[in-house]
Amino acid sequence: MNFYYDLHIHSALSPCGDIDMTPNNIVNMSVLKGLDFIAVTDHNSILNLPAIMECAQNTSLTVIPGMEIETSEEVHILSLFPSIDDAFKAYETVKNNSMNIKNKPEIFGHQAIMNSEDVIVDFESTLLVTATKLSIEQVKKLIECNNGVAIPAHIDRNSYSIISNLGTIPDIGFKTIELSKTADITQYNNLGFNIIINSDAHYLEDIFEPVNTINLEEKSAECLISHLKG
Amino acid sequence: MNISDIIKELDLTVVTDGCDLNRKVDGCYIGDLLSWVMSNAQADNAWLTIMSNINIVAVATLTDVSCIILCEDVSPDEDCVEKANTQGITILKTPLSVFETAVKLGNLL
Repeated sequence: MNFYYDLHIHSALSPCGDIDMTPNNIVNMSVLKGLDFIAVTDHNSILNLPAIMECAQNTSLTVIPGMEIETSEEVHILSLFPSIDDAFKAYETVKNNSMNIKNKPEIFGHQAIMNSEDVIVDFESTLLVTATKLSIEQVKKLIECNNGVAIPAHIDRNSYSIISNLGTIPDIGFKTIELSKTADITQYNNLGFNIIINSDAHYLEDIFEPVNTINLEEKSAECLISHLKG
Repeated sequence: MNISDIIKELDLTVVTDGCDLNRKVDGCYIGDLLSWVMSNAQADNAWLTIMSNINIVAVATLTDVSCIILCEDVSPDEDCVEKANTQGITILKTPLSVFETAVKLGNLL
């Protein structure tokens, strides 16, 4: 069966994420747009996921827990997990390997932690848009040890992408790559990877329309992640 | 030594609106990994880099470097220049390599 997806969305926890990217707004907009699967993948954190997943209960939307992890090489790796517990375990390691630079909201933006009523309950004080001390290989291992799938993010971009920073996709077993919405797909079709295309939405209106589909046996996070692991 | 002096001696091109060219330059930091620059660049440094994306403006604001010098003839992205002008960040450029620029700057500072 074909399912509509957008697997790279930022909430207001990411400093670059608009304040309107609240749990309810993200879920409601995604339902309105007719998406089956979304993943909210904030930079190096999962702290808005519990609220987002709670909002999505009793809707037609399946929310995949994930994070956009920045490696020590400043490459963004999208991580998707079958459960919030798996995501949380990976997050603990990411947090322990942070560079611990303090956020300055006036420069980078607020990093708002919200509950399922969209009330801000706290702010993350450590700047999330920095590298961690973990290399690409270490990040991939960390994600896979926690049952997730590691996907080099927006590889077509000229910054924070595995190709822009390393010049190549290292041969360490990636099965799926992500392209941004402006990529020329024909350039990447013959590389031998599964390709997913996501919005990287930081604003509500940028969440994808039901355009991109993934073919799965059943509508579950486990099935989607297994498919992306190749 | 201020930004105007460096522009003249190194024959740099001014990419942004060019406000605050009398600001002093004290020391130099070289780096392209933005997280490293955030942690290590000092206020009033000239920051030499080949990174042209919009994120260099936030890094420059955070670290309070005097100016950004884009080397190897790299041009900043349009949204980067726009944001730099809004934030009052000076971006200069040179066709020289980072090494050549650093050597010349080192002789001046």
